[in-house]
Amino acid sequence: MPRVIRSARLLGVSLLGVGLLSGCVANNPTGESVALTVESSADGCTVSATETPAGAASFSITNTGDQVTEFYLLGDDGLRIVGEAENIGPGLTRDLVVQLAEGSYFTACKPGMTGDGIGKAAFTVTPSASGTVVNTDLDAQVDTANENYTSYVKDQISQLVTGTDAFATAYLAGDDETARALYAPTRMHWERVETVAESFGDLDPKLDLREADLEEGQDWTGWHAIEKDLWPNDAEGEFEPYSAEKRAALTEQLVTDTATLDANVQELSFTLSQQTNGAIGLLDEVATGKVTGEEEAWSHTDLWDFQANIDGAKVLYAGVRDILLEEDPDLAASLDTEFAALQTLLDAERIGDGFTLYTDLTPAEIRALADQVNALGEPLNRLTAALVL
Amino acid sequence: MTRAKRTASTDPASPGRGLSRRGLLGLAGASVAGIGLGVAGDRVALAATTTLGSGSGAGAASASMVYPFYGSHQAGIVTPAQDRLHFAAFDVSAGVTRAELIELLQDWTIAAAAMSAGRDVGEYGAVSGPYDAPPQDTGEAQGLPPAGLTITFGFGPTLFETADGVDRFGIVGRRPADLTPLPHFPRDDLDDGRSDGDLCIQACSNDPQVAVHAIRNLSRIAFGRAALRWSQLGFGRTSSTSTSQATPRNLFGFKDGTANIKAEEPDVVTDQVWVSAADGPAWLAGGSYLVARRIRMTIETWDRSILREQEAVFGRTKGVGAPLSGGTEFSEPDFALAGREDQPLIGAAAHMRLAHPTQNHGTKMLRRGYNFVDGNDDLGRLEAGLFFISFQRSPTQFTTVQLNLAKHDALNEYIRHVGSALFAVPAGTPDGGYVGAALFA
Repeated sequence: MPRVIRSARLLGVSLLGVGLLSGCVANNPTGESVALTVESSADGCTVSATETPAGAASFSITNTGDQVTEFYLLGDDGLRIVGEAENIGPGLTRDLVVQLAEGSYFTACKPGMTGDGIGKAAFTVTPSASGTVVNTDLDAQVDTANENYTSYVKDQISQLVTGTDAFATAYLAGDDETARALYAPTRMHWERVETVAESFGDLDPKLDLREADLEEGQDWTGWHAIEKDLWPNDAEGEFEPYSAEKRAALTEQLVTDTATLDANVQELSFTLSQQTNGAIGLLDEVATGKVTGEEEAWSHTDLWDFQANIDGAKVLYAGVRDILLEEDPDLAASLDTEFAALQTLLDAERIGDGFTLYTDLTPAEIRALADQVNALGEPLNRLTAALVL
Repeated sequence: MTRAKRTASTDPASPGRGLSRRGLLGLAGASVAGIGLGVAGDRVALAATTTLGSGSGAGAASASMVYPFYGSHQAGIVTPAQDRLHFAAFDVSAGVTRAELIELLQDWTIAAAAMSAGRDVGEYGAVSGPYDAPPQDTGEAQGLPPAGLTITFGFGPTLFETADGVDRFGIVGRRPADLTPLPHFPRDDLDDGRSDGDLCIQACSNDPQVAVHAIRNLSRIAFGRAALRWSQLGFGRTSSTSTSQATPRNLFGFKDGTANIKAEEPDVVTDQVWVSAADGPAWLAGGSYLVARRIRMTIETWDRSILREQEAVFGRTKGVGAPLSGGTEFSEPDFALAGREDQPLIGAAAHMRLAHPTQNHGTKMLRRGYNFVDGNDDLGRLEAGLFFISFQRSPTQFTTVQLNLAKHDALNEYIRHVGSALFAVPAGTPDGGYVGAALFA
């Protein structure tokens, strides 16, 4: 289903992940963050202190100028970005929370968001009483994780193309039994990378719109339009099976749109925050659509989608897990535990190559799945902050 | 009690004396009928005494607030939004005649006027009636001031014509052209049991017990003539309808209704809220259209979304509620102001952008919604949301904005519209009249 915000997550914050890890330190378990204020005016960048102890620091940046501004915390070379707060409108205040290792830094503001910035000043992070550990440079790990995920997305969409062709052939030939058997397994390739697929705002509604999401007069195409025709017994009483012409039109559209999707993902690359937010988005999909049985209104194959969303989230998590182990081993341990517990619940519903139909789940089973989604969701949603800050 | 008895003529011109007919009929044969006459509790007087000791804080001021029921427009629309809501939709019972419907409206009018003034329902009120008769007023509001109680009535499309095309009360010819069920919006997931209705009553007060007391007693009065179809409690207002009010927050933690129509903007109210005589039909002049939408929020998912996303979804800061383009809460948003990569600071899918009048041909609505939490669902999620109420001169004001939101709003990921209703809200009632009298004139 269309999720507008996903595209914002994937595209709007694309700069966040780049290089931010450099200079981060391990989370300081005892430290409370030191509060600093920054005034970004038309011609100045005044920081309330010129030094702070190592550990968590919170910069509260107020834009007193009349242009959109940015605040930067730069490394000792004056170039490497350690932390930044961007898009601060005039009059607004935004907080930047960073973990700082002992060393020399620079602060600077960039009203108007162009040029080299103004008010560049030295900023010193002194040793903390508790002592902190500087991480090694993780840029290479981040690059690897990003490349691996790009490959994964391309591979899933490639399999989706192949699977869709087979599904389309069966459906077009009137072999409904085969089409029904292929429906859920094929869709799993879509669901594994759903947050990426959804970032193409025009393709997602064509391919994955549910009937309830239609607006009056809108053409209904894609998987769920065909789903209804394949499981007519679950459709409302007056439902009429599609004509051969309609089947042909829907099939052609499905194949064409999937090919377009395949072409689009060839150009994609990902940042770290896009990966972590993608994992969060996939779990949100589970929480709002799958665990409620709303995604597959007629086939009731919601657990296939559920598993696929979790597969995708696990791949995203696995890609950054080594980095997280250095940044926040407790969070990694928590995520390992909760992912495993959710998989145990899903495995209990496996039947052959598939799963129990949603309509055959007991209320207690649904409740257990929902509770575990929440249990996983809380630590998972801390992932971006843990890695990107 | 038979229906024939209830159609006995009555004098609705004596509103101050409470609900005469039903009370008298209920007492038929009781020899002590006259004893308690006129001594029904006057809660305003009681309140004046009881609040003396509690200082002059805002609480005391709002508790003693009384809004008159009678007037040129119904109260509860431009009235500064009270803190609590009990909203109820009713269906008229099978077999009820036009005369009986009118009588119900008369009875409701008398009771509503009494409760708005802080009085009990009925001549004998809660505890002053015959010992062998059930009390006329249910009694849980004894000792409570009205706390700004307003009671607002509306007529649904089905009052004029049932789904089967039956004109039960001879008013189909007076049905406003605009009073047709709202269209299906994308992502609508409506529950019939929480939608529509022949009649509606919105009771608002700063005291939740007073609001519930109002719906409970009006519902009781209607037994046999109209029955509750659905009702909704709201525990916190989410809109300001007066510049004297601070902007409250919805359950997403954001200020809601910053750009709402305010009572202090009479020209805007006239232009956007009240149906004019020229709009037609004549009986609705001075009235309005009420849209109610039960909007369920998936707050569990929202609560774990990152602050960056939360602010991007609304297009405002979560703290002071300023537009992301800068300034303070009431600064005009600059939808063109761009940040990184030339992307507007207030995104294309931001709720505030899509709902803003400048993005909807100047369309405004007077919003009067309330937060609700009705227990929890089977999945262990709070049954939380916003009960959206808006008043507008034409339902198209709502449909224009809602279509825009339903298609594009980033907030859609976290909300679902599960109930929907539209009512025509007649003009105010003159002293001695009854609500909606012009419709039946």
